[in-house]
Amino acid sequence: MKITAQEVSHVAKLARLHMSQQEIEAMTKQLDDILTYVAKLNELDTEGIMPTTHAISIVNAFREDEVKPSLERGKTLANAPRQNDESFVVPKVI
Amino acid sequence: MSLHKLTIHELQQMLAARKISAVELTRDVLDRIEKVEDKVKAYITLDPEGALKQAEEADREIKEGKGGALSGIPVSIKDVLCTENMRTTCGSRILENFVPPYDATAVVKMKKAGAVLLGKVSMDEFAMGSTSENCAFGPPRNPWNTDYICGGSSGGSAASVAADECIASLGTDTGGSIRQPASHCGVVGLKPTYGRVSRYGLVAFASSLDQIGPLTKDITDCALLMNVISGYDPKDSTSVQQSVPDFRQALTQGLQGMKIGIPREYFIKGLDPEVEKAAQNSIKILREAGAEIVEVSLPHTDYCVAVYYLVAPAEASSNLARYDGVRYGFRDRNSDTLLEMYNNSRSQGFGAEVKRRIIIGTYALSSGYYDAYYKKASQVRTMITADFKKVFEVCDVLASPVTPTPAWKLGEKINDPLSMYLSDILTISANLAGIPGISVPCGFSAKGLPIGLQIQGAHFQEEKLLRAAYNLEQGLNIYHMRTENL
Repeated sequence: MKITAQEVSHVAKLARLHMSQQEIEAMTKQLDDILTYVAKLNELDTEGIMPTTHAISIVNAFREDEVKPSLERGKTLANAPRQNDESFVVPKVI
Repeated sequence: MSLHKLTIHELQQMLAARKISAVELTRDVLDRIEKVEDKVKAYITLDPEGALKQAEEADREIKEGKGGALSGIPVSIKDVLCTENMRTTCGSRILENFVPPYDATAVVKMKKAGAVLLGKVSMDEFAMGSTSENCAFGPPRNPWNTDYICGGSSGGSAASVAADECIASLGTDTGGSIRQPASHCGVVGLKPTYGRVSRYGLVAFASSLDQIGPLTKDITDCALLMNVISGYDPKDSTSVQQSVPDFRQALTQGLQGMKIGIPREYFIKGLDPEVEKAAQNSIKILREAGAEIVEVSLPHTDYCVAVYYLVAPAEASSNLARYDGVRYGFRDRNSDTLLEMYNNSRSQGFGAEVKRRIIIGTYALSSGYYDAYYKKASQVRTMITADFKKVFEVCDVLASPVTPTPAWKLGEKINDPLSMYLSDILTISANLAGIPGISVPCGFSAKGLPIGLQIQGAHFQEEKLLRAAYNLEQGLNIYHMRTENL
């Protein structure tokens, strides 16, 4: 096994996903298949090869730091599940 | 007259000559949707009133001689591109009621060119899938046979074009999501070079792979849409400052002087014999049109699925962290603490495939595994890109199948994610290397399902793709075959 149900459960916690025991078990089996498959990358010697982060490399996309209009507050708040016309409202943190 | 069956370039002439009005055309397409949508289920959101208003505006502009490149042409847009004041769901419960406050740059350009937006079309949730079955609102169907998948993730785009429920569509392609459904539905689909089209307002799945492109009824329409959506955008720092040609100029008869490479690794074991036959027939037609055919090798092709299913989920797990129930999207209202709210909102809002990829991505990026998975995959990505650089020194474009098999039945692979992932083997490399690729209809299986030919080229060589594709289209002459069975 490449991955255990315990590990999947830990990763789910990191990813802020709550999963039932049944979901974890099904996911563990599927993930194990996938990780077994991707292990084929180890057939290749990648010593000294630069990793690609972007296929087309653009260096320093600079622009002038100018003040421009941005979305108005009402519009940005319009999709919020809870808001008070000034800010997003969430359950009490402290 | 069945206006909905026509292409952009045919309709443009009729509109310009005032033989038809944009309102008439839009009504005709809306009637077509009314008639077949029950069977195809391509649309998530349809806006007939808004569309007719835009059509009236287009008629005014045409009358005043101020019409744009797409004036009065009814189009559909994949539901992953933000549309101001029109719901954008990404095929997910978590964004079921999300109404963007702005338009994606590609949508702005379509509107400026005069296109009429009919609505938003179906897709796999957050563009993750190969069949559109991962859409939270039910899957769209293949118009050629509604028991079959239409492909994904831009399934609604391909199905709506094939079923004449729009004249053209915009989709997105992260690992084949334009080319594969185009192939399964018998339409043209182009994934441009990474950076050719602005991604501003495209809801991110895997930012280093995502690209917006057209799905159309023929190659000429594809070139017309590329003229509209291409170009540098200061709002997308990864868009490239590269001049945009008139892509229609590329559509000339004859392929004299063009070298077409046939990558041996794309004719894999398990390739469906009907797909192989259609590809070989297409290659013959390309040769007859004057192209020189050479056999080439892309030795790392077999590793592309493994690279992709680490890189794409890694980027996705990071991009999808924004769905936390705070600023937009679904929130579980029964959670008392912030952490519970995050956990419950995400768990209830995301579907199974999205969760699976978030977990794979989080795992591949987590401490202790980063080097073994994400870094390793990114290094092999460099090797795949180097393969392409090398072959484009000896040929102009590559021709191959798009998918190993024609479309399969709905439900057939839904419980086997790995076998689903492996079906993307012929399209994924283009995204990893950032090169353009097009799918051109090139035949049918014995069951009557469409088959496509893929043509790939070097960065910013879309003109060569279109030229080869145009010659194939002219040589095959199958454009008139349409989905009469709906």
